[in-house]
Formats: sequence, C-alpha cells, structure tokens
Amino acid sequence: MKLDCKHVWEYISEYIDGSLGGKLREDIERHLENCEICSAILDSTRNILILTADDRTFELPVGYGERMHERLKKEIRESASGEKKGPDKS
Amino acid sequence: MRVHRVNEARKGPVGVEAWRRGIEGKFQATMQAAATKEAELIARILAGEKELFHELIRPYERMVYLTVLAVVKNEADAEDGAQEAVINAYRHLSSFRAEAKFSTWLTTIAINEGRKRLRRAKGAAEDSLEQKVEEGEGDYTPAPLTDWREVPLEALERKELRQALRKAVADLPDIYRQVFTLRDLEELDTEETAAALGLSQGVVKVRLHRARILLQKQLVPFLKTAAPARKGFFRRTP
Repeated sequence: MKLDCKHVWEYISEYIDGSLGGKLREDIERHLENCEICSAILDSTRNILILTADDRTFELPVGYGERMHERLKKEIRESASGEKKGPDKS
Repeated sequence: MRVHRVNEARKGPVGVEAWRRGIEGKFQATMQAAATKEAELIARILAGEKELFHELIRPYERMVYLTVLAVVKNEADAEDGAQEAVINAYRHLSSFRAEAKFSTWLTTIAINEGRKRLRRAKGAAEDSLEQKVEEGEGDYTPAPLTDWREVPLEALERKELRQALRKAVADLPDIYRQVFTLRDLEELDTEETAAALGLSQGVVKVRLHRARILLQKQLVPFLKTAAPARKGFFRRTP
C-alpha cells in the first residue's frame, strides 16, 4: 500500500518503538526511503529520545542522594529500635 | 549513553542487525543477573538485614525523583516526595510480591506519593482540567524540517538543546508528561507504564505518541541541524 505523509506521522511513535507489524512497517520504511520530510521528522523525534535518555539532560539536585540515604538511615535505626522495644512491652 | 549506539549503528545495515542482537542479548543477560541479585537482597532485608535497603534502592534513586517530579512539577516538592516514597517502600517491602518487578512496584509508590502531594496542593480542580486535555482534539502533527541536512551528532551535545528539552517536557500537559517520563526517561515498557499509572496500554501508546510529537514541534528550531540516524536500528521494547 502506498502511504501518504500524514498516515506515516500517525505511526512515528510506534515505528520508533519497533511495535508495528510487518506489512505496515515495510510500507512505512518504503515511504521513508523516498520522503525526506518524513525521514527528517523521524530523525528529529528519535534524536529527542536519545537526548531524553542522556543523564545530563535531566539532572538530580546536588546532594539529593546523600540526603535521601541520611533520611533512610534514620528510618532504619528507628524501625530497628522499635522492634527491640516491642518484646519488652509485652 | 545512547549517542554512542548511534555512531556504532552507522557502520552499515548488516552490521547494525548483528550489533543490535548482540547488545540486546548482553542486555538481557545483565538484566537477569540484576533481577536475581535484587531478589536476594529483598529476601535478606526481610530476614532482618535492614541496612541492605540502601543498596537495594541506590539504582532507583534517579527514577524515583524523576517520577515524582513528573507529577508535582516542583523540584523541592519532588525531593521531599521522593524521600517519602523511598521510606514508604522500606516500610512496606514485605507487601512486595516477587512476581512483580521491583522497579514497577517502586514507580507505583512514587506516582501515588506525587499524586497525594498534588491533591494536597491543588485540590480537585486538577482532575477536571486533565479531562479536558484528554478529550481535546489538539494538533498532534509533527513539524516539518524544511532545511534539514546531515550534520554530525555533536549537535545534540549543545547545552541550549538540553535546556529547551527540559522546558518542553515541563510544559507538556500533565497526562502526557507522566507517560513520557516513565516510557522515555525511565525506559519502562508500555505494560509497566500502564500498570504504574492505572491506564490501559492503548491509552499509554496514544499519550506517548502525542507527547513525542508535541516535543518534536517545540524543539524543531533546535533540531534543524541534528543528524539523521539510520532507519530501523533504534527499535525499543513495545
């Protein structure tokens, strides 16, 4: 089947994910080989995903990990001492 | 970082397939080993070695923060929420069922913590606004790149592009940002994302598609000089 550009755009996301069935995927690939506009849209979308997955794009607040483990340490200590107190009460 | 994969993939179509299969095979073996180690850690923590929870949570610190941030959109609140989610996970670890993935279970806790904070901050008005976004027709067609041309991938290294992407993601409607964060930032699959957000897989796919297209439109001015990747190599888990 010959696809038009709008049809291809509807499937860009699933095409990137590799979740499209054989025939449709082949039709889209054939279209992409001959359509520079759709190829550019595909590549630009894919580049956004590459950039999104790059840890430098979304950074954590400085000291976040340390603060979290400090809080966790306190929680673990308290839960352990709570357990020790438990049998004394009964 | 995946940019390196792109460069590897440019060696040629035959090499790409072999390279992709090799990477996927190694990746699956590594994931399997990590899951086994994780199950052992959880069993030991539940048996009393509580300090090991630090080790269990370490690989997920980033994920928990970004998940809460995707819901609350405020960095200070996201950090408090992330801490709370981790503490909740510690307190309720005994309710984790081994047949589920720890990452999905933890993501659900983080989402719930974020939603709790959001409800507290904004009240019920948020839900009706969300509904409108979902029902709205909107324009979800990508923007063409008319002066597109091949240039090196180094274009992706530019700082302003990262900043623009952060802003564009923050500006996405909430329902799209949440799905995009879980799928493309944290790399959960469709099923896990649907489970964590309480959505059907079909809704996850639609929202992800729209999120990606909205970002593509926003970022086109920055991407006009970004390099094209060879078609077909960058397949991800559906």
